[in-house]
Amino acid sequence: MKVRVLVSLKPGVLDAQGRAIEHATKDLGYAQVQGVRTGKQIVLDLATDDADHARALARELCEKLLANPVIEQYEILV
Amino acid sequence: MFPGSNDDRDLARGFALCGAQVELVWHKDTRLPELDGVGIPGGFSYGDYLRCGAMARFSPVMRSVVALAASGRPVLGVCNGFQILCESGLLPGALVRNRDLKFICLDTRVAVEERGIFGGELESGRELAIPVKHGEGAYVPDAERKPRVAFRYVGGSPNGSTDDIAGVVSDAGNVIGLMPHPEHAVDPLLGSTDGGVLLRAFLAAAVARREAER
Repeated sequence: MKVRVLVSLKPGVLDAQGRAIEHATKDLGYAQVQGVRTGKQIVLDLATDDADHARALARELCEKLLANPVIEQYEILV
Repeated sequence: MFPGSNDDRDLARGFALCGAQVELVWHKDTRLPELDGVGIPGGFSYGDYLRCGAMARFSPVMRSVVALAASGRPVLGVCNGFQILCESGLLPGALVRNRDLKFICLDTRVAVEERGIFGGELESGRELAIPVKHGEGAYVPDAERKPRVAFRYVGGSPNGSTDDIAGVVSDAGNVIGLMPHPEHAVDPLLGSTDGGVLLRAFLAAAVARREAER
């Protein structure tokens, strides 16, 4: 089963890339863009068909490795 | 030394120029030789993949480094070494992408924050001219673990570090991490020998600790 993990900086942590992208959209003329935050997607291919088990495994991996809890938050999509 | 470390020999040479006997240890070594202290060098361990230092912290050698730190012996993390110490939890906080997104390679001045680091070898307020070279050096404190500041950038940080923090020390005082590279300021040819001052202070602390253990 494939699980998608989305890792992004916590609100309040400066996302310099997001800010740079926001400026680029404004340079392109999109005044409606009010903010941009970036993150990363990690796809885990897990040897299980049980969604709960997959989610639990993904959470463990997020806590231990995939996200730094000091500065990052994560979302698991099964 | 981790795959991707590139300032390992510079740091070893810096320590050696200051009188230390240095051993290079590979990240897969599970047992450290008998050491009075450890230096973790700069570079791009594991290509900075995922996050700087995120995977190096799980290298087999780090178990021994954590144990050595717990025993009270000094550990110095420079640049990527600082990132690895933060990822491993030996130091609080984290390093993120520079505020202006640029990789910076500059001479900076840092001021020693408190006399307590390095066992009193460096007086508080002492300024050291040491270069930085990094893309992810902006220090973000852990909301739950207030940092004990070791060094602050003089005149403002070049990278967006909170409170101009250039380096922190553990509460116990024996683990220090900083983004600037003291090993690149040990030779007059490179414009500053202030890095040598910092390395010598670290070595003096290591010797003092060894004497205290006797």
